[in-house]
Amino acid sequence: MLSSVQFVGVAVTFMSVLGMFLAIVLVVANRWLFVQEDPRIDDVEDLLPKANCGACGSPGCRPFAEKLVNGEVDPGLCTVNPKDTNQVIADFLGVEMGAHEKRVARLACAGGDHVAYIRASYDGLNSCRAAALVSGGGKGCAWGCLGMGDCEVVCDFGAIRLDRNGLPRVDEDKCTACGNCVEICPKDLFELHEVSHRLWVACRNREFGDQAEAECEVICTACERCAVDSPEGLITISDNLAVIDYSKNTLASKVAIERCPTGAIVWRETDGRISKGRDARKVIRKTALPVG
Amino acid sequence: MKLLNPFKREKTFSHGGIHPLEHKSSTADRPIRRLGFAPRLAVPLAQHKGPPARPVVKVGQEVVRGEPIAVADGHLSVSMHAPATGRVAAIELWPSAAGPKESAIVIDVYQAASQEVLFDHPVDVLELSPQAIVEAVKDAGLVGLGGGVFPSHVKLVPPEGRRIETLIVNGCECEPYLTCDHRVMLEQTEALLRGIRIVLRATGAARAVIGIEDNKPDAIAHLRSALRADDAIGVQAVETKYPQGAERMLIESLTGRQVPGGGLPADLGVAVYNVGTLAQMGELLPQGRGLIERVVTVSGPGAEHPGNYLVPIGTPVSFILRQLGATGYVTEVVLGGPMMGMSIASLDVPVTKGVSGVIIYRAKDEEQGRQRVYPCIKCSRCVEACPMHLNPSLLAQLAHKREYERMASDHALDQCFECGCCAYVCPSNIPLTQYFRIAKAINRERPALVS
Repeated sequence: MLSSVQFVGVAVTFMSVLGMFLAIVLVVANRWLFVQEDPRIDDVEDLLPKANCGACGSPGCRPFAEKLVNGEVDPGLCTVNPKDTNQVIADFLGVEMGAHEKRVARLACAGGDHVAYIRASYDGLNSCRAAALVSGGGKGCAWGCLGMGDCEVVCDFGAIRLDRNGLPRVDEDKCTACGNCVEICPKDLFELHEVSHRLWVACRNREFGDQAEAECEVICTACERCAVDSPEGLITISDNLAVIDYSKNTLASKVAIERCPTGAIVWRETDGRISKGRDARKVIRKTALPVG
Repeated sequence: MKLLNPFKREKTFSHGGIHPLEHKSSTADRPIRRLGFAPRLAVPLAQHKGPPARPVVKVGQEVVRGEPIAVADGHLSVSMHAPATGRVAAIELWPSAAGPKESAIVIDVYQAASQEVLFDHPVDVLELSPQAIVEAVKDAGLVGLGGGVFPSHVKLVPPEGRRIETLIVNGCECEPYLTCDHRVMLEQTEALLRGIRIVLRATGAARAVIGIEDNKPDAIAHLRSALRADDAIGVQAVETKYPQGAERMLIESLTGRQVPGGGLPADLGVAVYNVGTLAQMGELLPQGRGLIERVVTVSGPGAEHPGNYLVPIGTPVSFILRQLGATGYVTEVVLGGPMMGMSIASLDVPVTKGVSGVIIYRAKDEEQGRQRVYPCIKCSRCVEACPMHLNPSLLAQLAHKREYERMASDHALDQCFECGCCAYVCPSNIPLTQYFRIAKAINRERPALVS
């Protein structure tokens, strides 16, 4: 029989030996299975905004940091960080910032409730996605913005606000071009564009002339005046809609918007204002049009 | 019968289902009547699941009733035929029940025309080879008239390695208000049985079972008396329970087997056809004609003359309302049944091949539906009601968090066929089905992420 002192001694010895053995296993495993990771990845990640918005094309900030350290991408690709922070990353990694122009989300519709008719009132879950599934949501223009603000809800940066007429307004300073609004919009009205793309067709209607104009006052009627006035090939009419070829963006000028009768094609000024042409119909009405 | 024997239970599916008010009495006894021709008909090119048909007429061209005006574009597409004699006024974008405007052939109907169907090629259908029948069904423009609008000829050819053993004929009509299939079974019995024999011949199936809900005892008795003794066709009553008429539910009720998730009825050796489709098939194929009209139930609290009408394809809903009248201030018109049908945003929307009913609601009726949404109280009534064994409550929580991919990958969202049982029983008025439709729409737009 073991005495109690011996009993304790055996237990302590056994546990110590076991502990030593496991420690050796851990030490060996640490040597053999150690994943060598560039310490700069952690440092770079600390400098990134951790918004995980995906605007850079990576799933999140950590994968972006890994790509940065591997030299696969430029720091300038992060649209959320201020420029100087990106410069810090570039200096730290010893690479160029990369010339990446700021991109923003733009809405291809100007049909707020003061200019576009709602033909049937939707009554239910207050979401554009839900309304679009009920016979398109009831707006006269089947392509137009439903104005229930799904984009406002999904925007992580507070860059989208609905204006008094139920039309989303993008704050270009806050917008990071993450693409959440592009994905959620049931009518696919958002597009990501470089800020230098100043000429913009704020319409997606595919109908022609009077038929289109009966539903909305700022609709593209496919009159082709913008296409005729602009340099060859900059604007084409396809499916009753003016389409701008942004690869010829350098040719774009305000000439294109001047004779637009509805003001569907606009010029976005650097300060965020939207200029319409001189022939564009003036919309004075501020209140909503009647439903029906 | 049921009163005499309370223990007698008809066959049914194993889980879920609801018993909404039927509202069928106002139209069930009304024989099918013909509706006139609207001055302008719009025949959408995409009335079926699959690529739209390709128009073969030009603007300004005169067309004769029954003439092919668009041909099938690929295997999953079907032809369209002129529903009336007239002139093609335009091929343009036209409002659809789903929302987006779609291409349609607009026909100005000649009011003085005799409207005879002058296009036909009579054939002895039961002498045709199975391949010839498949082609004839495609040319006739037949699709599932129950509302699924899946091209009928595709189901005649089971996928490689599968064989159709049993033809299931769907005469359930589980949606409230609708009685068009009921009337078809009573009035077009001969055509229906001919259609069944055509499909039996084309698929080589050994037997056919007509499944009818037990709230239509007259149809069950009538069809049983019409069958010949040596027929391979049987009539089986099933319990009156929504959604008994859904393809997967009816297969389970009649065969006792469930279609595997993501599988096809053909995996069980079964093909399901709606009675309306087969009646049209039995009517059109021997004459070599195309589908140009269908039976539509016009009903609802706001219908002044509820009934079952033979309506030319392409008739705008506004014409039906004007012709049949509506009582009170019409606030909502639903195409199809009230459970799975579509509320339409424009009265220009035409009756298409898949429209089985036009349900008219007035201002007063709509008030009752407009109720506040409360938070989920986890009562699990939706779980009990779901015929597909899903957990709608959990799915709705994920939908709130916009985790649409997880809904599909972990919780079988794709199995939901939007029958609406969960939203119907929800005591908190949560629009569950609407959440799932949003989730499915978003998942469809980003298929790469889901897989």
